[in-house]
Amino acid sequence: MTIILLLWQVTGFAAYDYVDISNPSLRKIPMAIPYFKVDPYHAEISRSGSDICSDTLNFTGYFTMIDRNTFPVNPQELDITGATLDFQSWSGTGAELLITCGTQISGNALEMEFRLFDAFKGKLLIGKRYKGNIADQEEMVRRFCSEVIFYLTGSRGFFNSSIAFVSTGSGNKEIWLCDFDGKNPRPFTRNRSITLFPAWSSDGQWIAYTSYKKGNPDIYVENVRDKRGFSISYKGLNSTPAWVPGQFNLAATLSFEGDQKIYLLTGNGKMIRRITDGTRGIDTSPTWSPDGQRFAFVSARSGSPQVYVMRAGSGQAQRLTFQGDYNTQPSWSPKGDRVAYTSRTGGGYNICVVSPDGGGSSCLTRGSGDNESPSWSPDGSMIAFSSTREGPSRIYVMTSYGTDQRALLSLPGQQTDPDWSPEGIK
Amino acid sequence: MERRRWAVILICLALVGLMMTTASCSKKKVIGDDTVGKDQLQKTGGGAGTSDADREAREKALEEARRAQEEGAAGGTGAAGGAYGASGYGDVIDEDVYFSFDSAVLSGEAQENLRRKAEWLKSHADKTVTIEGHCDERGTNEYNMALGDRRAESAKSFLSTLGIAASRMNTISYGEERPADSGSGESAWSKNRRAHFVVQ
Repeated sequence: MTIILLLWQVTGFAAYDYVDISNPSLRKIPMAIPYFKVDPYHAEISRSGSDICSDTLNFTGYFTMIDRNTFPVNPQELDITGATLDFQSWSGTGAELLITCGTQISGNALEMEFRLFDAFKGKLLIGKRYKGNIADQEEMVRRFCSEVIFYLTGSRGFFNSSIAFVSTGSGNKEIWLCDFDGKNPRPFTRNRSITLFPAWSSDGQWIAYTSYKKGNPDIYVENVRDKRGFSISYKGLNSTPAWVPGQFNLAATLSFEGDQKIYLLTGNGKMIRRITDGTRGIDTSPTWSPDGQRFAFVSARSGSPQVYVMRAGSGQAQRLTFQGDYNTQPSWSPKGDRVAYTSRTGGGYNICVVSPDGGGSSCLTRGSGDNESPSWSPDGSMIAFSSTREGPSRIYVMTSYGTDQRALLSLPGQQTDPDWSPEGIK
Repeated sequence: MERRRWAVILICLALVGLMMTTASCSKKKVIGDDTVGKDQLQKTGGGAGTSDADREAREKALEEARRAQEEGAAGGTGAAGGAYGASGYGDVIDEDVYFSFDSAVLSGEAQENLRRKAEWLKSHADKTVTIEGHCDERGTNEYNMALGDRRAESAKSFLSTLGIAASRMNTISYGEERPADSGSGESAWSKNRRAHFVVQ
């Protein structure tokens, strides 16, 4: 069932003065989302649509949602076109942004018309109309939310992304998937064996991982749709696969030459070359810059595990982390400007960030259990990670500034090792 | 007056006697206490764990482990790998090689252990072994996967300098995924930082 997007929109351009995404002391923008006006009136759709819209946008941490009890107008009487809206009464509730939606139902057919207003200025910012079936309601709402994010931040957001992670619920560590908001969790592997390190390819079609299903730690590359794939089984260790952006190639830790080093391989396991040098000691956990020109990794060459960065092909490693004696699991932001990693500080493990060009590091979690294995959302605005602050290990999310830390979902067993997919693959 | 003075002296002597016999002795440090101290990087930042009670707990746990391994009757479930049980080939094989935190370096004790294993391997020339490298649960599982690999390689490399053919030894890392003791605290962690031998 196709959703037809009828593109009718006020001349819009990304309005960066609404959401200053580079400002560390991020202020949440108050937003009002009244219940949708539905014709013929359908209470369930009126409420659920508005709730989905509110929950989806709220997930980003950019907004604070105004209490619907303070709204000045009954939603069914709302002029969703804005032509006769009393914007002063709306901004009087504290709202700076207002979203209206008019929904037409005809049999199984559904048409939704969304608008985003600047309540302060009384100005229409974007309008979108979608046509489809009743079952498409959630999809339509999510698409409009993506448009809102694109208009306000200039980025495509992540509402059509998934998160892969490891869970022990079945008795073994297996890879599971869920939607960006933790909904719809389901198993991806059923290896009945230790399975670790899920890694999405940059086109979202493949997941690489390490599994002991044949008795050795080997890498498997599996197509997400049809599960066909390849295995990568060099003698010894095959771990920490990291796809090169835009290529069917990946870096991985192999030890077949005696030392734990990082190698570049094709997606089906053919050797291209070793990419960390012969300095004795462990090199592991590669992560690529968004342009695929550099990668960060962990090396024990200075005596303790630290994060380094290297231009692919240069052989020259530059050290990034200088605080503490245990810095591992780097993850390069899709925005390119920061590398997140796990740092042992004060007896616990915490998520910290550092600039890949060197410069100070700062920690985003503190004093709440062990926080490990950061993974960025595709737009670099949020970080998923695992945390033991409640006891069992759970997948958590937070904004890239470290605010709004909360559990994403909770399943039986322990959840670890999150990896956030690209946008648009849901 | 006299009596009271004697009483005071007696009490003082008694007190001194009491102090001399009941005061806790300064702890006899285990060899390599610096190593132990470094290992004490506890997650919760709780007590140091070098107290007599902790050391006793660790030694008791190790003793129990050894006894459990001795008592294991059935032949090693070698194929399963990492099974915390007896191989059926005796103590020399069953006795794991232990490592310090974050390290793949072989201590003196570890080298002695491996020398005994080399002797065993020489007198059982038809046997091959798989050397498993393991880590405790601390640290990240990615790094521990590599560290476990390094520990297994470290043991293999030492054995080959003692004349054991490399072709007789396989290595595999389990990182922190297959602990011998799933508890927390140094007594459990020290049992997990190991190279474990499985006879094929």
